[in-house]
Amino acid sequence: MSVTDYIRKSQIWRSIFRHPAPYDRRNRAVVVLTNFFLHLHPVSAKKGGIALSYTWCMGGITFFLFLVEALTGVLLMFYYRPTLEWAFTDIRALRDVNTLGIMREIHRWGAHAMVITVWLHMYRVFLTGSYKPPREFNWVVGVLLLVLTLLLSFTGYLLPWDQLAIWAITVGSNMAKATPVLGAEGPGFQLLNVGGYDLITTASDARFLLLGARTVGEETLNRFYILHCVAIPIVVSGLIAIHFWRVRKDGGISQPL
Amino acid sequence: MNPHPDLTVGVIHGLGWLYLLLFFMNLGWAVHSFKKDGHHESLFGVKHVPKAVWWAAYAFMLLMLSTAHLFVDSDADEFLIMLPVWFKNIADAVIANPISFFLISLVIYAAIIILRDWWVKPTVAWVLFNLSVLFIGISMTDFDFRQIVGKPDNVPILGMLYLVGYTTWLYFYKSKENDKRIAEGRPLLEKEQSDQVLVWPDLVYTEMICMILLTALLIVWGVALQAPLEEPASAVKTPNPSKAPWYFLGLQEMLVYFDPWMAGVVLPSVILGGLMAIPYIDFNTKGNGYYTFNERKFAVSTFLFGFLPLWVGMIVLGTFIRGPNWNMFGLYEYWDVHKLEVLNNKNLSDFLWLDALALPLPKPDPTSSALAQLGAILQREGLGLILVVLYLFAIPPLLAITIFKKFFIKMGFVRFMVLANLFLFMASLPLKMVLRWTFNLKYIVSIPEWVFNI
Repeated sequence: MSVTDYIRKSQIWRSIFRHPAPYDRRNRAVVVLTNFFLHLHPVSAKKGGIALSYTWCMGGITFFLFLVEALTGVLLMFYYRPTLEWAFTDIRALRDVNTLGIMREIHRWGAHAMVITVWLHMYRVFLTGSYKPPREFNWVVGVLLLVLTLLLSFTGYLLPWDQLAIWAITVGSNMAKATPVLGAEGPGFQLLNVGGYDLITTASDARFLLLGARTVGEETLNRFYILHCVAIPIVVSGLIAIHFWRVRKDGGISQPL
Repeated sequence: MNPHPDLTVGVIHGLGWLYLLLFFMNLGWAVHSFKKDGHHESLFGVKHVPKAVWWAAYAFMLLMLSTAHLFVDSDADEFLIMLPVWFKNIADAVIANPISFFLISLVIYAAIIILRDWWVKPTVAWVLFNLSVLFIGISMTDFDFRQIVGKPDNVPILGMLYLVGYTTWLYFYKSKENDKRIAEGRPLLEKEQSDQVLVWPDLVYTEMICMILLTALLIVWGVALQAPLEEPASAVKTPNPSKAPWYFLGLQEMLVYFDPWMAGVVLPSVILGGLMAIPYIDFNTKGNGYYTFNERKFAVSTFLFGFLPLWVGMIVLGTFIRGPNWNMFGLYEYWDVHKLEVLNNKNLSDFLWLDALALPLPKPDPTSSALAQLGAILQREGLGLILVVLYLFAIPPLLAITIFKKFFIKMGFVRFMVLANLFLFMASLPLKMVLRWTFNLKYIVSIPEWVFNI
């Protein structure tokens, strides 16, 4: 009996994988049905639907990049303190001192790559007409995921707390100031007032809500840190689950009828 | 020593490796061509010469080029293979002008669609790819080009451009085949593979390989390129130019033509709302789940217009071409903070009152009643307001009874109005660009009293 067989027949192995190895047709179906990670897939699919030249694998790659970002992100959180005193120094230490500092590179490049792969995934879905009935709603969920991906990237951009970070966020968040009615410099900000006193000021408008302050400062760093590491990832995870669920429920990967 | 050398030994060696890579790719292409492309009956008196000989010759040239670069030891100043100055000057003049920039991007967009049957031919596409790599390679011999394109954060954009190019090619390549099949009544490409296969191993192995390759890519990328980290943040030192993250640069570019409330809030919301609305306004039941262009000409052309020139094109513009003071700079031009561009933009009300009527602008008197102030503003901006209202409310019904009559009948009132308005919002950007370039028009409606400018 070979070592592999010995391991496969041990009680421990069989308690984890309850079925024989996927060598025959039956067990290849069973493995997909019984494995938590694999059960995202159907047991079988049309050959044309899973062809790389058809799907470009961009949705899958996006999901994988999300997992890479989560993993490297958690590792980075061990080394990073979101305060004015430490944020920049901690990032610089990741570059100069820390052995695992390459996690930051992978995290940043993975984030850029994820933005691109989301676009290309949408591009493919559009070009194959896969948003058409019955998949309309899943396209809408996808657009929400696009927005959240951009917001994840945007909030993460601030965290290194260097010149690139604060000015990019300043330029980006300045737009919120111009929100109609709700921004302090937007059209119609005077509409919300009580007895002649404006309710919408630089200390209460949409930009203040985003930044937690009048300008990009420590409050913003804290706010973006929590959005980046906790709030948005939770929402994204939920929407990804819905997105995948609906892919299956709407008939799997699209194919000609 | 020149602090801004066009060439250094390091750059020359890097280019040598790039050309070596291109050599190997073309060697592969020559083999591919040898197997597929057949023979010349007779070439320079020699009979039955494989067509691949051209590719072999080209690959050999690349090898020479690569060795010429790789064996340079010193004296980078005397290296001869670099971009001529006259070319740089012409290219800069063309690129650094908004009109020619957008004209070029429109021409490329039109060519992608009109010449689709030509450029999707593998050989043509391969030649285009080679030209683009050679262009970037030779451009790297320019100091200023390297400064902009070689920035670590800009590298992904270059990668994106190649990916978008490749995927667009793949789409039209497959569509060409499918459209031919549809015309001949044969089954679609995708239909040929309609048998069911088990996900293990057919899909999970693909996924596994993708994950491994991607992990390797990220690690190599991470080792080769350090993530940018500039000086510590300082609220008093404003960099010039101040740029948003690269994926928002298309939006930042709109600020040139629109007020922040339009460019930063309204238009992005319309873009997202419009994307979400696509499945509900596209009434075409054909083209669901396969690649086709002929069956969805309107939908695909519109989407490509939004994605290629307006989104990707404006990111390129914002990243590589917009420099200090948000001026436009050529690819080979030094980002000079003191470059002056005359901005002499006028509002529509200026044109009407000052130029045409030769009267002073009606001014609301702050001491008068609110109604009188409103009257003065309406008097001043009336023409612009009427034009905007006409644009948004008169054009859709006009379209419905003229060129889009069929659409209107098929879609019904609500769907058609949503489509028409999305279309008008998308068209408002190129429209405002053209008005700016031709008449220096700043705002159609300008009511600074209410911070309301269109």
